[in-house]
Amino acid sequence: MEILVLLKQTFDTEAKVTVKDGRILDEDVTLVINPYDEYAVEEALKLREAHGGAVTVVSVGPDRVEEALRRALAMGADEAVLIEAPAGADELTIAHLLGGWAAAKTWDIVLAGNVSVDTGAGQTAVRFAELLGMPHVAAALKLEVAGGKATVHRDAEGDTEVLEVTLPALITAQQGLNEPRYPSVPGIMKAKRKTIVRVPIAEAVPAATEILSVFQAQQNRRNTIIKGSPAEQAKQLVQLLRSEAKVV
Amino acid sequence: MARNVLVLAEVRNGALRPVSYECIAAGRLVAEGGAVTAVLMGADGGFAAQLVEHGADRVVVVKGEHLANYTPEGWAGALHNVALDVKPDVVFMGHTGLGRDLAPRFAQRNAAGMVSDATEVKLADGNILFTRPLYAGKAFATQVIKQGMVVATIRPNNLAALPAEAGRAGEVTEAVAPASDLRTVIREIARKSTGGVDLTSAKIVVSGGRGVKSADGFKPLQELADALGAAVGASRAAADAGYCDYALQVGQTGKTVTPDLYIACGISGAIQHLAGMSASKVIVAVNKDPEAPIFKVADYGIVGDLFEVVPLLTLEFKALVG
Repeated sequence: MEILVLLKQTFDTEAKVTVKDGRILDEDVTLVINPYDEYAVEEALKLREAHGGAVTVVSVGPDRVEEALRRALAMGADEAVLIEAPAGADELTIAHLLGGWAAAKTWDIVLAGNVSVDTGAGQTAVRFAELLGMPHVAAALKLEVAGGKATVHRDAEGDTEVLEVTLPALITAQQGLNEPRYPSVPGIMKAKRKTIVRVPIAEAVPAATEILSVFQAQQNRRNTIIKGSPAEQAKQLVQLLRSEAKVV
Repeated sequence: MARNVLVLAEVRNGALRPVSYECIAAGRLVAEGGAVTAVLMGADGGFAAQLVEHGADRVVVVKGEHLANYTPEGWAGALHNVALDVKPDVVFMGHTGLGRDLAPRFAQRNAAGMVSDATEVKLADGNILFTRPLYAGKAFATQVIKQGMVVATIRPNNLAALPAEAGRAGEVTEAVAPASDLRTVIREIARKSTGGVDLTSAKIVVSGGRGVKSADGFKPLQELADALGAAVGASRAAADAGYCDYALQVGQTGKTVTPDLYIACGISGAIQHLAGMSASKVIVAVNKDPEAPIFKVADYGIVGDLFEVVPLLTLEFKALVG
């Protein structure tokens, strides 16, 4: 099986986000593979273990994304590709960059994260599927591949849907799909020697969206600590919620 | 500039989701003299009249058995057909499981830009300005779509719907979407959430963390939620520990919620959890540890044992509403 994983590098979810001069500071922030994409990498490796073939990971972004790709290689991916992003790229641009590159090859299945934890949009992978004329199934909790079809259990806002989709298809990973492996020491050594294929900036589809400003919301909280016995605390809280906060 | 607006109406568990009304209200705001058309997939179900009462000028009911349950291919095709007819300048749908799955597919088919999870929609100098969260609300961005069709998903519970206007006039038409050869087939739907309150659009959320200690530990939280008509949520620690389903998880991985009232029980307040709930209007924290970071973002805090405090709260609320 030729398995492709769309991967994005994001801030660690425990990272503090600081906005300065209208942009989010990314210096001194721990960067990771987007957690949902890490499930996709793990699932790709499991598919290869079961069905043979190769796992390619591809990302769009700056040089620092090499680190995330190298981690995917250390986990066991066979090849990694980094496509350079033009300034101001949005999901439309990135989907076209990924799609333009991927269309030259034949893929049996494409995996990606359900969303990225930075923008939370979940656009790029689905756009990619549309561009390549593939069906997609989002938020997979379980994936089985047999006879040119994938059976996917997906999370539909708490309900579970079981779908059967004809391959090639794009499947996005939801939390709970698997437990991503840690790279082994030999895996890390092997990954260090691998070459990451670099795709330079080509003529790109211009972004349709533009970010005008970035800011942080100031929430003024009351920070009232309610004292007393548990019964008194409960009574007072309910009163405050009713008379002061007016939410019940 | 008059704009034609298309809104996807979403029905779940036999009712229109409130976010569909919120999308219509946003549509009315940006239409500036244009028409707001709502789309119902599969069948009318008596919902077309409700959509008109809440501000839709026109409702298109797309018939087709293959539309009864959502598939991205089926619905994207049907919506695209309607769009070819309506020629919308703007397309809104809820940032729900369905909306965020369908909207990018539809946007890409039209090579359109898209804003995801808008928490605010306004007009400035003739442009539509969207506010949307980054890092699940650790920051926000103001975003515009510079050219072409405008597609956006709207976060539930953030924009005000228009009040229902009884007897408001609107046109209801039918369209037929031919069932194309769908490559996706639904085999089974296990409705786990039936009867429960939808987490992302709930007005009140009662959430549990590591402090609930077990799956059974969620029972008092569920009882409090039932008394309040609230949804139950959880922190990643609780989901990872297997106390509850991942579907309940609130946080940067998981769901982002903005209820009027968020009651955090036994949740320490890890940054990744705070990202998913800190935009709630009022936050209550119940935790044994007075140093827990959750108290820093709380309006009201109770330092105490949730197993003592939560049942007492349930009694107090019951007394209040009873």
